[in-house]
Amino acid sequence: MINFSMMFHGQLGMLGVPPEKLGTPPMSDSPWQLLPSASNHAASLDNLYVFLTAVCGVSFVVVIGAMVWFMYKYKYKSDKDRTSPLTHNGKLEFGWSAIPAVFLMVFFVWGEVGFVNMSSPPADAIDIRVTGEKWKWTIEYPGRSMASTIEVEGGEVAPYLIVPLGQPVRLTMTSKDVIHSFYIPAFRVKKDVVPGRYSTVWFTAIEEGTFPVFCTEYCGDEHSSMLAVVKVVKPEEYKAAVEAATVLEQGASETAEQFGEKVFKTFACNSCHTVDGSAKVGPSFKGVVGRTENLADGSSIVVDENYIRESIYQPNAKVVAGFTPQMPTFAGQINDEQMNALIAYMKTLK
Amino acid sequence: MSKSKETPAAKANAPEPSYLTAKSGLMSWLVTVDHKRIGLMYLAATLFFFLVAGLLAIALRTELYTPTQDFMSAATYNKVFTLHGAIMVFLFIIPSVPAALGNFILPLMLGAKDVAFPKLNLLSFYIYCIAAVMLVTTLFLGSLDTGWTFYTPYSKSTGTAVIMATMGAFVAGFSSILTGVNFVVTVHKMRAPGMTWNRMPLMIWAIYATALIQVMATPVLAITLFLLIIERTLNIGIFDPALGGDPVLYQHFFWFYSHPAVYIMILPGFGIISELVTVHSRKHIFGYRAIALSSVAIAVISFIVWGHHMFVSGQSELAGIVFSFLTFAVAVPTAIKVFSWVATLYGGSIRFNTPMWYALVFLWTFTVGGLTGVYLGTLSVDVHLHDTYFVVAHFHYVMVGGTVVAFIGGLFHWWPKMFGRMFNETAGKISALLVFIGFNTTFMTQFFLGHQGMPRRYYAYLPEYEVMHQVSTIGSWILMVGLFTVLGTLLHAIKYGAKAPSNPWGAVSLDWQTASPPIEHNFHDTIHVTGSPYDFPEIDKSGAHH
Repeated sequence: MINFSMMFHGQLGMLGVPPEKLGTPPMSDSPWQLLPSASNHAASLDNLYVFLTAVCGVSFVVVIGAMVWFMYKYKYKSDKDRTSPLTHNGKLEFGWSAIPAVFLMVFFVWGEVGFVNMSSPPADAIDIRVTGEKWKWTIEYPGRSMASTIEVEGGEVAPYLIVPLGQPVRLTMTSKDVIHSFYIPAFRVKKDVVPGRYSTVWFTAIEEGTFPVFCTEYCGDEHSSMLAVVKVVKPEEYKAAVEAATVLEQGASETAEQFGEKVFKTFACNSCHTVDGSAKVGPSFKGVVGRTENLADGSSIVVDENYIRESIYQPNAKVVAGFTPQMPTFAGQINDEQMNALIAYMKTLK
Repeated sequence: MSKSKETPAAKANAPEPSYLTAKSGLMSWLVTVDHKRIGLMYLAATLFFFLVAGLLAIALRTELYTPTQDFMSAATYNKVFTLHGAIMVFLFIIPSVPAALGNFILPLMLGAKDVAFPKLNLLSFYIYCIAAVMLVTTLFLGSLDTGWTFYTPYSKSTGTAVIMATMGAFVAGFSSILTGVNFVVTVHKMRAPGMTWNRMPLMIWAIYATALIQVMATPVLAITLFLLIIERTLNIGIFDPALGGDPVLYQHFFWFYSHPAVYIMILPGFGIISELVTVHSRKHIFGYRAIALSSVAIAVISFIVWGHHMFVSGQSELAGIVFSFLTFAVAVPTAIKVFSWVATLYGGSIRFNTPMWYALVFLWTFTVGGLTGVYLGTLSVDVHLHDTYFVVAHFHYVMVGGTVVAFIGGLFHWWPKMFGRMFNETAGKISALLVFIGFNTTFMTQFFLGHQGMPRRYYAYLPEYEVMHQVSTIGSWILMVGLFTVLGTLLHAIKYGAKAPSNPWGAVSLDWQTASPPIEHNFHDTIHVTGSPYDFPEIDKSGAHH
């Protein structure tokens, strides 16, 4: 569990993973610094980035420096000013076409080499499956039945990508609904996650630590809270860390209601359903049990255990009036024990 | 027009009413076929939408002042950034320079009485109006939350008014096509005697290249949006993976139009800058041929670089590599232009009036915009920067720092011609300073946000980005004050400005060889062109200043 002190005045967030509660340490101390060079790609890319910045910086100074110098030197003095008849200069024009062209080709080749490397995962990479859907990431490991999650600040639960230090990892990604994009800034990797196909991204983590993951393809209301945490651990700790993060069972000292709240957050129900009575993408869970809801088809229903269960497994069967049918099904993901606890938790939301 | 019985001398001396006063009444505007009046109607309409979309941007920046939600819900934020983008692109930037300023200037610069098809010109204005009404109507149909790019499958599944909005963009495209056709024919057929292609002002070259792109690329947008509409209504499975479609195909179609469209937005700005740096430094343009041909080169290459918007989309790596190479190819003609404008200043007699200040601001901001484009064209670097604030900053440096700054400079430059009034120079210079400071504060910061990993289109963000967002937001407020100063200065000039002479800047191009404001038919007599539009009397032909 990561637990950093609240870095920002804490309004009560209502997001899936409210960005201010993700709890990852700041990636850099000042905007001038580069991000941590936490993967093999980051190290090689940063050299190119610095080179680009140097060349572009010099170009800017030369162009704008010349402009400012001319502004000073050739400013209007009197109506008798005579100006140069210069209209062109073949050698100069060839030079300022050819020199940039050479630099551009260097950038192209260097960038292309890095890109090809980023697109070619080694054969021995560890395979991890990533699924995007509005608005959460699901991260699954081979041989584990549960997706991995971690508790972050304020009892929020974030998807958790655990990777071992120094070993190549390949993410095979797809989406259940619209296009998302999986971006780990500290690793300098990003790839769109497209429904109906698999995309892959690979990296070797080279720095221990905890880093944020962003969705970078706009995907609707809670796009900005579609976050995750990536943690780089020592190879010998990897297996245990994955096992610890892929369990969602009621603890011995946990009540059903407490466990239910964990289920509620783990499956990111709070991306769309608040507990404070305000409507978001779906109806609020505050006082929902026993409430009479008007349905989109004109009928009405009293919310009970069976309606909740049905709405989780077949979300679009009975949609409350005023909301759009866009909830994904959780059939096959939430088991009976978790369902019972979730309903127990919902009953406490009065 | 005066009666024909008078002697030629008397006729020339008779004060002929200007295009503004020749006819009066609302109908004289609504059914006018005068390119100057149509240009002004476009100008009023595009500036109105610039104001609307600009205020939306201020709302966005203000919401982003803190990392958490302030006064807009996530859903509202998404609608506001979508409308900001869609209105700015389809209702402001695309028609701003070509249809508003270009309409007014093009026939004057060519020495023509009007565009080739004046009625078609009026029709394209009304089509634009219909499109505008349709886009505004989306506000009452649940608004729009897809981003201005309408990416599938999100745009297929969202509950907002996608069909009305895409129909609006579809219709706006026809306005753009008709304007393009009209201008291409006008440039080919309506040049004054003696105005060879090599004697055309560079503004005309730029408008011509733009018109070519408008005619060739816009139909692709129309087809794409039409496919999206039938996908939504008939579920035929072109883009929706659930029906066997390919969502990335939509991106290929969309950018096949929208990348050339970026040049529809910036090329006319290049044209304006070529006029401003020459007239106000009393110098012949440096490298006329290179600038003219690079406009055409950019227009051609712009059609084969669309894939650089899609390096991480899942298109093939080989495609990514080819598109990256072609993207660098388009950087060369762009660099040539910037170098040529700076070289034009050499040996000049630079007048630091308001239009010139905007041209100099343009050179700064566009150079930044161009150089940061090089980062994004570099494959591996783009993987990191794609869909971050770096892209937002780059795009705004080109579109606002480039096109909008050039547009404002052009407005100040041609305002005396349009309305026959001079503006207040001091106010104009203050506006340029405020725009320069506000713009750079807003968007320079966003490059840093981008390289620090801040994604686009987030209404809430990690606390570590807060300080940079606050600087950017404060910059946007300064920029807003600067732009309102522009508006105030220009409107003040119409009512209270000193009367403008016919050629206040001492320009040589034909648009200044008629009264300010021009007479209804532009020129009394056919003008014969004998030389370059940049042959200023101050130029020392003896070569002493070479």
